[in-house]
Amino acid sequence: MKIKYFAWVRERIGKPEETIQPPADVRTVEDLIGWLARQGETYAYAFEKPKVIRAAIDHAHVKQDAAIAGAREIAFFPPMTGG
Amino acid sequence: MTIPVTIRIQQDDFDIAREIAALTKGSTDIGAVVSFSGICRDDGRDASSALTLEHYPEMAEAEIARHTEEAKSRWPLNGITVIHRVGRLAPGENIVLVLTASQHRQAAFEAAEFLMDYLKTCAPFWKREEGRSGASWVEASEHDDAAAARWTKS
Repeated sequence: MKIKYFAWVRERIGKPEETIQPPADVRTVEDLIGWLARQGETYAYAFEKPKVIRAAIDHAHVKQDAAIAGAREIAFFPPMTGG
Repeated sequence: MTIPVTIRIQQDDFDIAREIAALTKGSTDIGAVVSFSGICRDDGRDASSALTLEHYPEMAEAEIARHTEEAKSRWPLNGITVIHRVGRLAPGENIVLVLTASQHRQAAFEAAEFLMDYLKTCAPFWKREEGRSGASWVEASEHDDAAAARWTKS
């Protein structure tokens, strides 16, 4: 699945997007955040406060208990500050 | 009823008068147009308060459209325009425009406020502020969250 990062999540990880293949026991957005946080120092820094992170699956906001099965694109970002 | 809904995300500035004229063109049943513009402001704390707006292009328009659809279902509107700028914006420059047209002013006022409250908290845009000591990401405000929450039906 394709993963996208925005704002300071993108800056901390150091890339705007990547394609990943998480293990089968990573079932929810919360699981995925936990798994990503273990992929290196930059990821650990980006996800150091997991509750702050917002997520979208296929361009729609989701809560962290959402299942990721079948997702084509998952995005992680800080709370939005537009308008 | 199908009403004109315009959603644009762009680097360029917008002309408010031209957008109002486009929204109301050919209509004789519109009695009220409310216009809200968000403007990049210098907060006086720092040498520069220019902003750079980042967004999630594939999601932003769809997310705004979800909220214009909800506004249409909640108020008797005759038209909606939402324009959000991205890229670098200096103090004094326009950031966002919301126009709502209706037969009467109350629906237009309320729908414009509703749309702005949701744009602030749900549309995937992020502001990075330039200051004397470097650039930093603007933090989300609890006040904005509370403003959006009051539209949630309990």
